[in-house]
Amino acid sequence: MLAYIIKRVLSGLVVIILVSMSIFALFWFGPRSPAAPLCQQDLNIRCTAAALQRYEERMGFNDNAPHQYWLFVKGVFVGRDMKVGAGTYHCGAPCFGIDYRTKKPVGEEFKEKFPATLSLAIGGAALYFLIGVTVGTLAARKRGTMSDRALVTGTLVMSSIPYYLVCILAYIYFIIVWNLFPQTGYHKITENPWLWFSGLILPWLVLGLYQSTAYTRFSRGSMVETLSEDYIRTARAKGLTARQVVFKHGLRASIVPVVTIFGLDFAFLLAGTVFTEKIFQIEGIGKWGLDATYQRNLPVVSAVVLLGAVVIIASNIIVDIVYSVIDPRVRLT
Amino acid sequence: MSQGVVQGGTGQSMDRADRPADPGAESESLATAGGSSGEPLLVVDGLTVRFPTHDGLVQAVTDLSYTVEQGKTLGIVGESGSGKSVSSMAVMGLHDPTSTRLSGSIRLAGQEIVGLSERRLQKIRGKEAAMIFQDPLSSLHPFFTIGAQLAEAYRVHHDVSKSKAKAKAVEMLDRVGIPQARNRVDDYPHQFSGGMRQRVMIAMALINDPKLLIADEPTTALDVTVQAQILDLLQELQRDFNSAIVLITHDLGVVAEVADDVLVMYGGRMVEYGPCKEILTHPEMPYTWGLLSSVPDVSSDPDTRLIPIKGNPPSLLNPPTGCPFHPRCAFKDKVPGDLCRTQLPELTPASTGGEHVKRCHLANPDTIYLEEIVAQGAALPQAVATAEANE
Repeated sequence: MLAYIIKRVLSGLVVIILVSMSIFALFWFGPRSPAAPLCQQDLNIRCTAAALQRYEERMGFNDNAPHQYWLFVKGVFVGRDMKVGAGTYHCGAPCFGIDYRTKKPVGEEFKEKFPATLSLAIGGAALYFLIGVTVGTLAARKRGTMSDRALVTGTLVMSSIPYYLVCILAYIYFIIVWNLFPQTGYHKITENPWLWFSGLILPWLVLGLYQSTAYTRFSRGSMVETLSEDYIRTARAKGLTARQVVFKHGLRASIVPVVTIFGLDFAFLLAGTVFTEKIFQIEGIGKWGLDATYQRNLPVVSAVVLLGAVVIIASNIIVDIVYSVIDPRVRLT
Repeated sequence: MSQGVVQGGTGQSMDRADRPADPGAESESLATAGGSSGEPLLVVDGLTVRFPTHDGLVQAVTDLSYTVEQGKTLGIVGESGSGKSVSSMAVMGLHDPTSTRLSGSIRLAGQEIVGLSERRLQKIRGKEAAMIFQDPLSSLHPFFTIGAQLAEAYRVHHDVSKSKAKAKAVEMLDRVGIPQARNRVDDYPHQFSGGMRQRVMIAMALINDPKLLIADEPTTALDVTVQAQILDLLQELQRDFNSAIVLITHDLGVVAEVADDVLVMYGGRMVEYGPCKEILTHPEMPYTWGLLSSVPDVSSDPDTRLIPIKGNPPSLLNPPTGCPFHPRCAFKDKVPGDLCRTQLPELTPASTGGEHVKRCHLANPDTIYLEEIVAQGAALPQAVATAEANE
C-alpha cells in the first residue's frame, strides 16, 4: 500500500514536471513575446520594437531556454528576485512568477484566492453528492414508476440547459429582481462566518442543484444495476427489510463508481469553477485565471494551469486509494 | 422469536435456536413436528405465477402442486425457463409484487405464504425458510466480510449482541467444514474458493435453523469433486437439522444422489412426479426420458453419443396447445386422435402406481415400445432416439 502510494506520487511528480515544461514552452516560446503584454501595459502605444527588445533582455527572455527553466525551477524551491518591467521584485519560495498587473508574487495571490475556490467547491460538491446519491437511490427503488420517470426526464431537461445560463438567471432573479438571497461574494470564514456563509449560499445551491442532476442519473443507474445483483437477492432472502437491502447492501456497492467520478469532478472544481466564480463575483482561482487570460497576465495563467495539473494528478491518486478502502477486492500494487 | 406460525406438533415447545448445539439428540423428536393436523411441512397447491410484460403475459408457472415432508428432499428438475426457480422464489415470497401475479396456495408449516404482507414475509425469510443459490461468489456481498454477513443473517431474527452473533457465525462456519473458522471469519468472499463459498452460503442459510432449505442449483457453478462434497454436506446437515430441502437442478446425477422425490417441470408445468428411484428407472413421460438420455453414463461405451432433446424450450408467452412438450416429442403421432396437439394431458397415475404421476397421453410407453427397446438392445432412454430415427 505504502509502496504503491510512493510509486504513484513519484510518477505523478514526473507528470507535473512534464506539464510545467509544456506550460513553460507554451507561454515563453509562443507566437508572441511573453514580454509584449507587460510592455504594452506599461508603455501603451510607445511600446515599440526597440522598447520590447529592452523588456525581453531585461526579463531574461533572451537567455537560453534550459537556463530559463532552471531559474524557474530554482525559484520554486528557494525563491528568486525577478525583474518585471522597470522594477525588480522579490518572489519568495515557492515562486511561480510575478503578477504582471499587481506586481505581487503569484504564489501569494494564490494563497489568497484558493480559500474562496475551496469553500465554493466543498459546499457545492457536498450538496450535489448528497442530493444526487439520495435522489438517485430513491429513484432506483421506485424504478419504472411515474415519479421515477418524471425525475429522470426532469434531470435530463435541467442538465441540458447551459450552466452559465442557470448561473446568470439565478443571479438576476434571486438576487436582483426578487431579492431572495444576499449579495454573493467571498469573505474569510475566520473574519466573519456569517458573511462567508451568506455570500456563498446561492452559488452553492446553484452549483449543487445543477450538478446533482448528473449525479442523480449516475447513482440511479448504478443502484439499478446493483439491485439486480445476486447478493441483493441473498440479502432479501435473509429477511432484511427493503430499506436495509437498499441502503446497506445496495448503497455500499452502488456508491463505488459514483465516488470515482466524484473525486475527479471535485478536482476540476478545485482547479477553478470559472462560470460560478465569474458570475457570482467570487474572487477564486477560476475568476483569477479567467481575468488573467483577458489581461494576458501570463504568469498567473501558467500558475493556474499548473495548479490544475497538480490537483488532477493528486485527486487521481486519492481516488485510487479511497477505492481500495471501499472495495476490499482492489489491491494496490 | 416468532414461533407462532407452527400450530401444534409435539416438538414445537422446543427452543429451535438451541438445536445446533446438540442436533443429533433432538432430531428424532423433532421429526414429528410438522404443521398442524399432519400436513406436510411445505404444501404447494395450484401455484400459478404470471409476469405481465410489454409483449404479453409470461406464464412462468401454471397450476403447480407438490408437498415436501420435514426431513425429506424434493428434487425439482427441468431446463432453463421451466419454472423451477420461479416457483421456489415464490415459496420465499421473493417476487416483486408489482410485476408478478401469484395465485394458488403455498403453506409452510401451516402458514399461508401467498398474499402475505412484506413485513410478515421478512419474518419467514431466513428464519422458517432459507435459500442458497447457484453462484456463491456473486451471491455473497463482495464488500462485507463473511463474518459480518453471517452475523447479520443471525441478528435479523435474533435479538443478540454483535459479538454473540459473530460467535454463532464462527460456530456455523466450523459446522460446515471451513478450516480455522475463527481466523477466516473476517475474510472477504473473494478470499475463499468456490466450494468454500458455497459452504459459507450453506452456513448462512442454516444459521437460523430453518425448517425448509431451498437450494437453487447449489452445485452447478462448482467442479465435480467439490459438487460431491457439497451434496454430502447438505445431506449430513439435513440429518442433523432435520430440515426439508427443495433442490432445484437440471442435473439428474445430483437428483439421483440426494433426492427422495423428483418433480420434473416443463414449460411451467409439472410433467412427472414420483419417488426418485421410480422416476430414474421407470420414467413415463418422454421429456423425462430425454433428460435421462442426455446424461453421460460412466459405465456405458465411451463412443456412445449423448442424445440431446431436439428443439427449443416452449415459449412462455404463447405456450403450445395441447401437451407443452408435443413440438419436441417423438411420440406425438403414436397417440390416436391427435390428442397431443389439441388436449393438455391431465396428471394421471403412472403404471408403477403409488405416488408416481405423469402428464402424458401415452397409455403405457414401456409396453408400447418394448419391442423397439429390445430390438435396439439399448437402455430405455434410447427408445426416444430410435423413435426419432424411424420418423
